[in-house]
Amino acid sequence: MKTPIYLDYQATTPVDARVLEVMLPYFTEHFGNAASRNHSFGWTAEEAVDTARDEVAKLIGANSKEIVFTSGSTEAINLALKGAVEMYGDSEHGKIKGRHIITSLVEHKAVLDTCKHLEKRGCEVTYLTPDKTGRVSVEQVAEAMREDTLLVALIWGNNEIGTINPIREIGALCHEKNVLLFVDGTQTVGKIPVDVYEDNVDLMCLSAHKLYGPKGAGALFVRRRKPRVRLVSQIDGGGHERGMRSGTLNVASIVGLGEACRVCRIDLDKDIAHATGLRNRLEARIRASLDEVHLNGNAEHLLPGCLNLSFAYVEGESLLMGINNELAVSSGSACTSASLEPSHVLRAMGVGDELAHSSIRFGIGRSTTEEEVDYAADRIIETVVRLRDLSPLYEMALEGIDLATVSWTGH
Amino acid sequence: MAYSDKVIDHYDNPRNVGALDKKADDVGTGLVGAPECGDVMKLQIQVEGDKIVDAKFKTFGCGSAIASSSLATEWIKGKTIEEALSITNSEIVEELSLPPVKIHCSVLAEDAIKAAVADYKTKQG
Repeated sequence: MKTPIYLDYQATTPVDARVLEVMLPYFTEHFGNAASRNHSFGWTAEEAVDTARDEVAKLIGANSKEIVFTSGSTEAINLALKGAVEMYGDSEHGKIKGRHIITSLVEHKAVLDTCKHLEKRGCEVTYLTPDKTGRVSVEQVAEAMREDTLLVALIWGNNEIGTINPIREIGALCHEKNVLLFVDGTQTVGKIPVDVYEDNVDLMCLSAHKLYGPKGAGALFVRRRKPRVRLVSQIDGGGHERGMRSGTLNVASIVGLGEACRVCRIDLDKDIAHATGLRNRLEARIRASLDEVHLNGNAEHLLPGCLNLSFAYVEGESLLMGINNELAVSSGSACTSASLEPSHVLRAMGVGDELAHSSIRFGIGRSTTEEEVDYAADRIIETVVRLRDLSPLYEMALEGIDLATVSWTGH
Repeated sequence: MAYSDKVIDHYDNPRNVGALDKKADDVGTGLVGAPECGDVMKLQIQVEGDKIVDAKFKTFGCGSAIASSSLATEWIKGKTIEEALSITNSEIVEELSLPPVKIHCSVLAEDAIKAAVADYKTKQG
């Protein structure tokens, strides 16, 4: 077994060998510009892009005409939200209109910061507080809806905690109210079954490098019927991607995205069983040896490979320091972020700052093995035991002191 | 984040971990920081005459916080109370090569020494 063991599959995934093999010729022999209409180099590239578009569409139950290639999810999010506001925000006709956006406090920064930007451009944004498992309910969305609500923007499966939102129900509500539903599917597509029509999604972003494809490629699904969604492009130029996203197509990476989607579609059941099994194994092994371990997330609605745990009385960065040479994981601790703020997701869920500081996110992927999971659990257990011996909070808890009643000298 | 060798050494082999009897007259206990800030240090001293004959700590916090408090106990053992009070956070920063974002860990260690001495003095009346 090779160390460090990679358990950070939410951050990124390696390119699957099957994907890389399909991509390689598009760097060298098939290097044509997909927009070159008058020779075979261009046709070959265009054909490859069309195949990729079909594969992306198939994985999510869309029509290939509904797929716009982008550089990744962040760009797709910007296009969807800004593009919809520009298209419909000032409209006085039609059913879809208004400048009010509903989102949640547990979104990825790409959504939150885009919403902040739109607030400066005259939009009003409602930020829903999720329940303590990080889930937003259809009732909350219904309550927040107004006459001028243009769109709802929600994450499907959360990148930090893995909680899955009830998108299908929220989408049905949106359609009833003529409100657009944008879904951040970055962590979800390729991980659980997704069908944009069954699930009532109007706009959805996805990213190749989260599903064993290359970095720098992604897509936006833009629904074409019931309703037909139109967007104002955010990158202007040669009119590529039906005018919605100009710029020469990144053919090799798009080919990689398409193949990655095909592999995900074929292997979906196998991948889900594998990731779920290993996640449960990891959690069970840790819990068998440690008390006061808290799950951050929703046990019933959880992405298969995601496990976010808080180890009470142990600070996350010191835990990472103990395992860093052997395990690659993430922490919600303030000390690990540039901002020195604990995770905004855990905060919004009402996880106390103290437990937020103690959180570790494990991400299990296609190539994770049982041996790796067992080894990881043992390193975590060992380090937590050692750090609890060193922790004044654990000592106080063992003495029966309620930490909430202590008057701390915060700094 | 890269840690200095000295921080790693204190993290891997913390000095003077443990607890002294906080009810004993010759023991002073300092508890500083807050769980929600991600750092809590408990530093204890045992005093004979005006000399610190033993020191123990426990810390909840990042590696730099653990190293700062471990170093603090190492430095104050065998010193007089006045000498211990003269230790400043910048000496800890220098010794451990703490980066700017970790300076608060050294401040907390200095505060912990002062709090332990204050507790001891209160007990002496």
